[in-house]
Amino acid sequence: MKNILTIVKKQIRDTVKNKPVLIQFLMFPLMTLIFENAIKADMPELFFVKMFSSMFVGMAPLVATASIISEEKEKNTLRVLMMAGVRPFEYLTGVSVYIWVLCMAGSAVMASALPSGDIPFFMAMMGTGCIISIFIGACIGIFAKNQMVTTSLMMPVMMVLSFSPMLAMFNDKIEKAARFVFTQQIRVAVDGMSFESAGRFGVCVLAANAALALVLFFAAFKKKGLE
Amino acid sequence: MIRCRGIEKSFSDKKVLSGIDLDINDGQIFGLLGPSGAGKTTLIKIITGQLSYDGGSALIMDKEAGDLTREDNRRIGIMMDNFGVYDRFSCTDNLKVFADIYGTPYAKIAESLELVGLKSAAKKSASDLSKGMRARLQLARVFMHSPEILFLDEPTSGLDPRSSKAIHRLIRDKKKEGCTIFLTTHNMEEAYELCDTVALLNEGRIVDIGAPDELCRKYDSKKTIRVHLNTGEDIELPCGEESGKKIDELIAAGKAETIHSSEPDLETVFLELTGKKLEEE
Ligand SMILES: Nc1ncnc2c1ncn2[C@@H]1O[C@H](COP(=O)(O)OP(=O)(O)OP(=O)(O)O)[C@@H](O)[C@H]1O
Ligand SMILES: [Mg+2]
Repeated sequence: MKNILTIVKKQIRDTVKNKPVLIQFLMFPLMTLIFENAIKADMPELFFVKMFSSMFVGMAPLVATASIISEEKEKNTLRVLMMAGVRPFEYLTGVSVYIWVLCMAGSAVMASALPSGDIPFFMAMMGTGCIISIFIGACIGIFAKNQMVTTSLMMPVMMVLSFSPMLAMFNDKIEKAARFVFTQQIRVAVDGMSFESAGRFGVCVLAANAALALVLFFAAFKKKGLE
Repeated sequence: MIRCRGIEKSFSDKKVLSGIDLDINDGQIFGLLGPSGAGKTTLIKIITGQLSYDGGSALIMDKEAGDLTREDNRRIGIMMDNFGVYDRFSCTDNLKVFADIYGTPYAKIAESLELVGLKSAAKKSASDLSKGMRARLQLARVFMHSPEILFLDEPTSGLDPRSSKAIHRLIRDKKKEGCTIFLTTHNMEEAYELCDTVALLNEGRIVDIGAPDELCRKYDSKKTIRVHLNTGEDIELPCGEESGKKIDELIAAGKAETIHSSEPDLETVFLELTGKKLEEE
């Protein structure tokens, strides 16, 4: 427990220094605020909150988790932590908790545009989506040998997760494929602001995606550990 | 404290260590010497449980190296050349991470940085440190807690003589506190000055092991005494009574300027044993 807190503290100290990761946390929340306030006419209600939130889920937690883990691996600081007695699960938990909390803060910023009654549901969906996304990011960070490999694995996954909800709005064919991706289901759910709007299928997709991410994560961890 | 018997290690088909036997007693400074690629770092990794081995046994604190627990790890301090520092953090922030892990009060950080001569760089971010300064930051991290065994992989490589001296002093201080120290080096003088025991490692084998001056005497094949005369002439005399008298005479006559025994230094011993130089220029 103490070591988990140590890792969280270390990450907090790094927050403003690690610009590429910081941008991930800030970009969509800020864009949401700006667009929602600047562009009012001719747009469906809360269009930007609904679109950017699912893109945020597909991008920020994934990129942040993968790059933090792989940087620490490549620079050999992870090894020092392990030798000092930090266990792999403590490290991963610390990093995940930190990223999740920051993503929830970002989500809260986005939620500020919503009517207050919708905020709990919105935050719950964002929270769930971010957890799945963190697991996928951790898979990549664990699996990739270095930062280069991480980037090249991360890009396509990020494209699928964050852009398919947006593209699905404009193209039916893409929508048919995208409905199996959890970020699309989060978009659908957030669109209607209730589980009914997502439907049983949507909940199943969320659960299946979560299960898949977990299995992949443990497989990657079993195969590679944190070396 | 550390006991190795017949350690074997291969990477794919390349044999790196073949049958290492070692005993290191409590409170000793043990130096592992050898040319680059001899397997020094590999041996440290094995003894500290970072690397598995193919055969033999490595006991540390009466435990097989592979079975070290987290509590055991806390009793060990390790500095390796491939260990990283947090580039974006200042020296102080780097140490804060480990102060948190070890439960050391932050007050110890400044102390630790002062010890390794990084006090003035405390606020500097680690990415701006020179190679030697990074090494010293690693060392400061090791000194943040009070390990019983210290592993230092080339603690002074790439350092200027003054920093090296400072680090030697730190190592001796640790010994006085009862710490056992295992270090590797390419530097013969360092080993001679610092270590109670040295082992010469070459191509995965220990070619000899012993106290530094013992080793030098043991390989003193020539056993002669060289006298430098004030005429600029050098004369070499065999060890023995005859020569003793001759030297007495020379001194009495005020002719002898310096007298040296032919005892080789560790560098020469190593060269003789392996036909190899320790440090390739
Ligand atoms: N992970 C690895 N995979 C394959 N070969 C390795 C690995 N680590 C070390 N070796 C090989 O083992 C041999 C010994 O390496 P080691 O790092 O122990 O040498 P060293 O004595 O520490 O050298 P130096 O003085 O340069 O640090 C080298 O030939 C090296 O190529
Ligand atoms: Mg080495």
